[in-house]
Amino acid sequence: MTTLGKTAGGLYWMFRYLERSENTARMIETGQRIALTRSSDDDQWSSVLRASGTWDGFVAKHGAVGRDAAIDWMLRDADNPSSVLSVVKTARDNARVVRTALTREVWEAVNEAWMTLSAALARRVTDRDLGQVLALIRQRAAFVRGAIHGTMLRNDVYDFCRLGMFAERADCTARILDVKYFVLLPSASAVGSRLDDVQWETILRSVSGVGAYQMRYGQELCPRAIAEFIIHDRAMPRSLAFCAHKLRENLNYIAQDYGARLPAHDLADALNDKLLSRPIGAIFESGLHEFLVDFQTCIGRLSAQIEIDYRFYR
Amino acid sequence: MTEHATFDEMWGRDAALRRPYQAIESWFSAEDPARLRRKAREAEDLFRLTGITFNVYGQSEARERLIPFDIVPRVISGREWDRLSRGIEQRVRAINAFLHDIYHRQEILRAGRVPVEAVARNAAFLPQMIGVDPPGGVYTHIVGTDLVRTGEDEFYVLEDNARTPSGVSYMLENRETMLHMFPELFMQTRVRPVSSYPSMLHRSLCACAPSGVSGRPVVGVLTPGSYNSAYYEHSFLADKMGVELVEGHDLRVVDGRLAMRTTQGYRAIDVLYRRVDDDWIDPLNFNPDSALGVPGLMDVYRAGRLTLANAPGTGIADDKAIYSYMPEIVEFYTGEKAILKNVPTWRCAEPEALAYVLDNLSKLVVKEVHGSGGYGMLIGSTASKKEIAAFRDKLKARPGNYIAQPTLALSTVPIFTRAGLAPRHVDLRPFVLVSPEGVSITPGGLTRVALKKGSLVVNSSQGGGTKDTWVLEE
Repeated sequence: MTTLGKTAGGLYWMFRYLERSENTARMIETGQRIALTRSSDDDQWSSVLRASGTWDGFVAKHGAVGRDAAIDWMLRDADNPSSVLSVVKTARDNARVVRTALTREVWEAVNEAWMTLSAALARRVTDRDLGQVLALIRQRAAFVRGAIHGTMLRNDVYDFCRLGMFAERADCTARILDVKYFVLLPSASAVGSRLDDVQWETILRSVSGVGAYQMRYGQELCPRAIAEFIIHDRAMPRSLAFCAHKLRENLNYIAQDYGARLPAHDLADALNDKLLSRPIGAIFESGLHEFLVDFQTCIGRLSAQIEIDYRFYR
Repeated sequence: MTEHATFDEMWGRDAALRRPYQAIESWFSAEDPARLRRKAREAEDLFRLTGITFNVYGQSEARERLIPFDIVPRVISGREWDRLSRGIEQRVRAINAFLHDIYHRQEILRAGRVPVEAVARNAAFLPQMIGVDPPGGVYTHIVGTDLVRTGEDEFYVLEDNARTPSGVSYMLENRETMLHMFPELFMQTRVRPVSSYPSMLHRSLCACAPSGVSGRPVVGVLTPGSYNSAYYEHSFLADKMGVELVEGHDLRVVDGRLAMRTTQGYRAIDVLYRRVDDDWIDPLNFNPDSALGVPGLMDVYRAGRLTLANAPGTGIADDKAIYSYMPEIVEFYTGEKAILKNVPTWRCAEPEALAYVLDNLSKLVVKEVHGSGGYGMLIGSTASKKEIAAFRDKLKARPGNYIAQPTLALSTVPIFTRAGLAPRHVDLRPFVLVSPEGVSITPGGLTRVALKKGSLVVNSSQGGGTKDTWVLEE
């Protein structure tokens, strides 16, 4: 059985977009949670917008940052190609194009996600409904993931789905860290400062890692442990190391399947063996921000190389 | 034809329940209407979830529409069907013989059975096909013959649809939906199955592979893309056949063969079931503006290294002007009288015919020779005086562009409405597969139904719906 280059590309992007819908929902949830439980200002929403990677577009349209505008922008603005509504539509359009590669269950899960969410996001979401809508977004993404897990053959098609998902997740986690990296730096941490606690919690919440962190490192929030957890912990499904590992793993399955290693495999190796093998102390020393920029560049190059190696477009 | 009352397929002409509908009648009278209404809504949800939607030309893509589905099956007895399918097979064989002849020696023109100008000056005639021998000798791999019924034993062929007929996915999904919603119905009544159509199609296409293909032929379905109104069907058929669904930009000619871009480089395709019209399949050989096709595809085809289904140039056989000669065509190639009737047709290009048509516009249906989808036609019996006057001018300006036919009293079949069962006009499109192994017709087909009371237009783009179509096992 062969897979069209277009199909591989469609699957890859479909899963990037589905992953993005969930990440965006989680970021709004975090922003909302912090706003409700802590004294906070609109600066909070600037960080959220930056972490979502849509800051520039938002400022161009709205100028000043306001909570309601930020939430609406991220949830349903058609001018924002990364709003939940936009990405779910794009994911569904991609699913239509690659439909022959999907099981009926996966197609129906994606189609239903689109039908349900475009209804839920047809109008501005009120404060009262926000929690429910955010839960719905995450639930729909989980349904799709469940359908994939339970019904798809473990072949190259599956691997391209996973590559899209982990490339997006790696990118997103790196962005979340990068927006707040300074609060993790040893010099910046005034011990026990209430403000830092808020910032650290924001980071952990944004990657759904509060409970997991406590299980691994106990109750106390420590910036170095947080960095270690989100960068290196292979047990943490949204950590950089986990995503990088999965990217390499799925690329290797394809290599086995096709009997050919390509340039993308070397990039994935370098990402895992060079960049991520550096201990946390060394990373702090040479600059956390620089490290995160390097990481995002690597993910971007890897993504572009996968496109070329597997003939997505030409 | 017009003077009789309408024939209802359930109640005949005189309100006596016809045999094939006995099971349906007893089922329906025992059912709770509220439950049926719930079921009808359920069916709609199922279709939406499956994504069996279509886009209407000229409307913004914002809204995908469902073709309305009516839950009351249309029933055809086994005996009726067997006769129908003999007639369809005869006609389809004649069409293939006609196409071969018309692109080779043109015996039928020499014999004067079809006038030379009906072919020579016809835009549907493709000079590029002259002398080309399609693999397996098959021109129309897939045909969707449109039939209408006017009485107990009266069936007419309305159109032959020998280019790229659509609708087969509705035939299949309608049956799946009925099986899902009303399993009890199928336990009481033995209905001939339709579900093997995709595997029959695959087999039929493989049997037409170019000579010299060793092993399993590689088949692809060519679609104009996901914004095409029939995209669902294209992906559905590719999926069910287990073959690739390709667009023009996935394809190119490599080493004299058609090839698709896969994750591991270009791979050859042997058989292309193309759902793109002739004009658009190859910008080098046809419309140079086409981005839907593949440059040089026609050269690969002419070199005998690719099967195109259907073959290019089949439009000359289902052209509305040629249609009027079908009885002669059937007789010429099969040596038999046509089993299925042709609707009497006035060719407005002929002065006498034109004069008759102009005098009788209010009784006739006038169609554009190259039109389809129910657009650009006049139904005299329901048109206003103003519409008729406007059409008269168009007709006088370009008579050769039109044919006219009597208004047929199309049969009715009940649909389920708020007020219970109500008769509506229907047509029938059975799907026919042709290969060197033979002609195969899936029992039943797509029933289209005009949902508006009294309407004769069944096209989905103009308010038509569909029904499951049963052929009884007897």
